[in-house]
Order: sequence, then structure tokens, then C-alpha cells
Amino acid sequence: MTQIATTAVRDSDEVAKRRYLESTGPRRFARFWAEFIRRRPLGTAGAVLIIVMVVTAALADRIAPYDPTAFNFADLLQGPSLQHLLGTDPFGRDVFTRIVYGSRTALLVGFTASFVGCTLGLVLGVVGAYLGGRVDQLIQRLMDVLLSFPLIVIAIAVVAALGTGEGKIGNVIAAITVPIIPRVARVVRSSALSIVNMPYIEATRAVGSGAVRIMFRHIAPNVFAPYLIMLTAFLGQAILLEASLSFLGLGVFEPTPSWGLMLRGAGMQFLEQAPWLAIAPGVAISMAVFGFNLFGDSLRDALDPRLRTA
Amino acid sequence: MRRYVAGRLLLMIPTLVGVAILTFVIMRAVPGDIVALKYAGSPVPQSVIDEERHQLGLDKPMWAQFTDWMGEIARFDLGTSLWTGHSVVEEIEVRFPLSLELAIIATLLAVLIAIPLGVVAAVKQDTWVDYAIRVFSIGGLAMPSFWIGLLMVLATITLFGWAPPLVFTAITDDPIANLSQMILPALSVGYRYSAVSMRMTRSTVLDVLREDYVRTARAKGVRESIVVMRHALRNALLPVITVVSLEFAFLIGGLVVTEQVFNLNGIGKLLVDAVAHRDYTLIQALVLLLAAVFVLINFVVDMVYVVLDPRIRYS
Repeated sequence: MTQIATTAVRDSDEVAKRRYLESTGPRRFARFWAEFIRRRPLGTAGAVLIIVMVVTAALADRIAPYDPTAFNFADLLQGPSLQHLLGTDPFGRDVFTRIVYGSRTALLVGFTASFVGCTLGLVLGVVGAYLGGRVDQLIQRLMDVLLSFPLIVIAIAVVAALGTGEGKIGNVIAAITVPIIPRVARVVRSSALSIVNMPYIEATRAVGSGAVRIMFRHIAPNVFAPYLIMLTAFLGQAILLEASLSFLGLGVFEPTPSWGLMLRGAGMQFLEQAPWLAIAPGVAISMAVFGFNLFGDSLRDALDPRLRTA
Repeated sequence: MRRYVAGRLLLMIPTLVGVAILTFVIMRAVPGDIVALKYAGSPVPQSVIDEERHQLGLDKPMWAQFTDWMGEIARFDLGTSLWTGHSVVEEIEVRFPLSLELAIIATLLAVLIAIPLGVVAAVKQDTWVDYAIRVFSIGGLAMPSFWIGLLMVLATITLFGWAPPLVFTAITDDPIANLSQMILPALSVGYRYSAVSMRMTRSTVLDVLREDYVRTARAKGVRESIVVMRHALRNALLPVITVVSLEFAFLIGGLVVTEQVFNLNGIGKLLVDAVAHRDYTLIQALVLLLAAVFVLINFVVDMVYVVLDPRIRYS
């Protein structure tokens, strides 16, 4: 009799342990992605595109057959061929090589701008929602001001203020970061507002936690889902914005390989003569943004079906 | 209601003042003013430069320049362009009709694409039709509209030997020439912006289709097409209207790159040129104007809500 009882206890211990392991840590993570791949084919396709892009950027010097900046005046404006898969530009540079290296610029600008912009937005949103009152009012009005321009207009203004030129890629990143902040702050604030008055926040306060601890240990983790979703969504947007700014001549400068820049000069100028110059970089931009959008969309559905940002 | 409207109108003022301060500060932070830029590299004595700065009022302290400007704005005077010497109103007057027309046509095209596709995607949720429509719309978000524009120009050149004309024809002069010039840029922009409204349509229609009154309508034997069009779509349109009108507001000033591709001399191009020339008065006026349009459209949308949905009451 006693024996049976102990086995029963042992069994349920095992079950509890297994349940616990499945509910947290790496296993839960693995299960989430298994579910994601099974139920969201579009999101998985997006993830594959992102992985391809990251690998391309990481191994650019192995993949690319030529030097991205070396001029070669023997091979000007060559059409696509086996030597030059996507042809050459008016300086004889291999277009495929420049597309491959361009993924580095796009990812660097996209990731940094989106990460910094979303994080600053997160901080402003949480601080505004928790502190309320005048601070919240001030932050909100400031965000309203930033929201009343088209994205590209703010970016142009910031680039103009900071200056552009060779090697000033940081300014381009800053210009793309600024318009992201208010958009994130607004969404984070509204999610945080629903948390601020929950009993557990009051309990934390009763135990004696300070404002900073409450905001960043207890509120911020609970708005992490919208944060993550916006991070992927704005990554695509940031890549697009970098391309637009570079296209206008206000972004990345030669000789840095950038997809938008490739469309600007030669792409426009030799549109009839050498259409591959205009097609290839555009396809690269579209695939990259397409990947992040598809993935971000499905991630939103998987993490938080209630949240909707058009 | 009347108090609410008055309050909303008053609240626009601090936002616009904020916009004014921000643009003013950002522009003065740009290294090199218009005079420095004009004489860059030419051996002009400092006295000439100082004299010109004095004439343009650029030697006054910052706060004095700002209060001067605010004073002019309060008298509805936008000043004169530092670069061309024409009045800012004239500069904008020439370009505004083009930008407005492009924004209107693009928005119309976007709505024509977005609403039917959004409804179909919602009705056929999670079938291949839905997937195809969603891929089409995410594609619109992913492709830069200026690149779509470039491809369209390329296609018309190679297929029809037709290139966009270099000179703009006003719609009042020759409507057909004007429209043939506007259709490609409007399409390239409209496709991109249809994506956002299409996604909004899809998700709101999906929400509404789960409502009790839709089930009631079906239960009493209303034909499915009428359920979708009359019961679901009409009630789903409100958020779509918001998205469409906010896009419209952005389109007026935000088509900087598309205007470049199609060689159109609109507000976006004017803004880029003004930034390049450090034409403070023109930039400030333009940015303030765009922000005002945006804030006003926002306000109008809220008011239209009351008309469209009798349940909404502002107080």
C-alpha cells in the first residue's frame, strides 16, 4: 500500500517536471517555432528570406566574385553574362558583387535604426504611461509634432541638419531613427496604460519597488510583444527609407555599395541602355523588405492576435 | 459638440507651434546658411557677405528671427523665398495643384484596388485567394514606389516607345495630356498605398463578419452578397476611411522620390530643393503648411465619423 502511494507521488513529480520544462526555456521556444513553421507558411517564407539576407551579408567577401569598389574600364556597362551575373555598371563594377555587399549596408542601417528607434520609443511610451500627468502630456505633444510630418520629410530634415557625405552613415541612421520613435511610443504607451493599473503593479509598489524598477522590470517585459513586432516591421521600413534617401542623394554615399544609391545614378541614367542596373537593386530591396514584412506580420498574429497595426 | 469642435481646433495651435519651433531649430542647426552656400568657393569680401546676411535678416539673434517669423505667420504672411526672391505663396501656388492632383488620383486608385481586394480576402480567409491577395499587398509595401515607377517607365519605353514628357501640362489646358502624364506616377504610388488600406479593410471586415447582427442577417435568409456588402462592409468602412485620409494627407508632401523619378515639379521636389539651398523661409513655410494640412485632415476625419456613424458622439 505504501509502495503504491510513493510510486504515484514519484510519477506526478515526473509529470510536473516535464510540464515545467515544456512550459519554459528552450523547449517552449522550440515548440513556438515548430508551431510557427507549421501554421504560418507566409511567415516562414519571410524568415527564410531574412536568413538568406543575413548569411549573404555575413559571407559577402566569400560570395561576391569581385571587389565591390574597384573600377574596371575594360568592362563598362556589360549586360548579364557568366562572368558578370547581373552585368556591370558605368564604372565596370560587378553589379552582383555590389548587390551582395549592399546587403551589409541595408542590414546595418535597417537594424540599427529600427533597434534604437523602437527602444527609445519603448522607453518614452512606458515612462509616459507610468508617470502620467505633465510628463505624459509633454511626451505626447512632442510625439504628435513628430507624427505630423511624412516620414521622409523628417528624415530629410535630420539628414540636412547633421550633414551627409562619405563615411557619414551614422547620420543616415539617425535620420531614419527619429521618425520611428513616435510611432513606437504611441503603440507602447497604449499597451502599457492597460498594465499600469493592474493589481500586481500596485503590489510591487507596496513591497517598496522604485519607479524605475517598476517601469523596466514589471511593465516593459509585458509590452515586449508589440515591441518585437514593431522591431521587425520597422526594419523593413528602415531599409526602404535608406533606399529612398540614398536615391535622393541624401543617404549613403559612394563608394559604399547601397541598393538605393545604385538605382539613383546609373539606374536612372542608363534606364534604356542598361535596364539591369535598375532592375537588380530594386529586386534586392523588395525581397529584403518583403521578407521582414511577411515575417513581422505572422509574428504579430502568433504573439498577439489582438494587436493590429495597419 | 460645439465646445468639442472648438477645443479640437484650439489644440491644433500648440501642435503647429511645436512644428514651427522644431523646424526652425533644426534648420538653423544645419551648417552653412544660404549666403555661405551662394558664395562658396568664390572670392567675395566678407563685407559683401555680411551685407547680404543683414539684408536677409540672418544677422539678427535667433529668438528675434523666430518672433519675426511668428509675427508674419500671425498676419498670414509666409514671407519671400531667400533663394528665388519670389513670395513663398507664389512658389507653392505653382506646384500645389500638381501635388494635390497626384494625391487625389493616387488615393482614388488605391481605394479602387484596396476595398474589393480586402473584402474578397476577408470572405475567403485562409484560402489560396486570401494568401494571393495578401502577398500582392505585402509586395506593394515592400517595393519602393519609385522603383515601381522606374519599371513602368522602362516598360512603356521598350513596349510603346513612349517616355514621360518633360514639360508638365495642367489639367485645365489639356486634360488628356495631363492624365496620361499623371497615370503612371499615380499608379505606382496608388499600388503601394492600396496595400495599407487593403489590410485594414480585410481585418475590419473579418471582425464585423463575426458580429451577432451578421449572423442574424444570415439566419433570416439574406443573400450572402448582401450580407457582405450591406451589413459587413458598411460597418467596416470607418477605420478604412481613417487610414485612407491620413495617407492622402501624407501623399501631398510625401512623394518626394516619386516626383524625382517622373520629373514632376511638385511640393516634394520643392522641399528637397529648399533644403539643399538652405532656403529657411521656404522650408519653414512648407513644413508648417504640410503639418497644418495633416492636422486639419485628421480633424475633418473625426468630424465625418459623426456623420457616418450616429453612435459616435463627441462631448
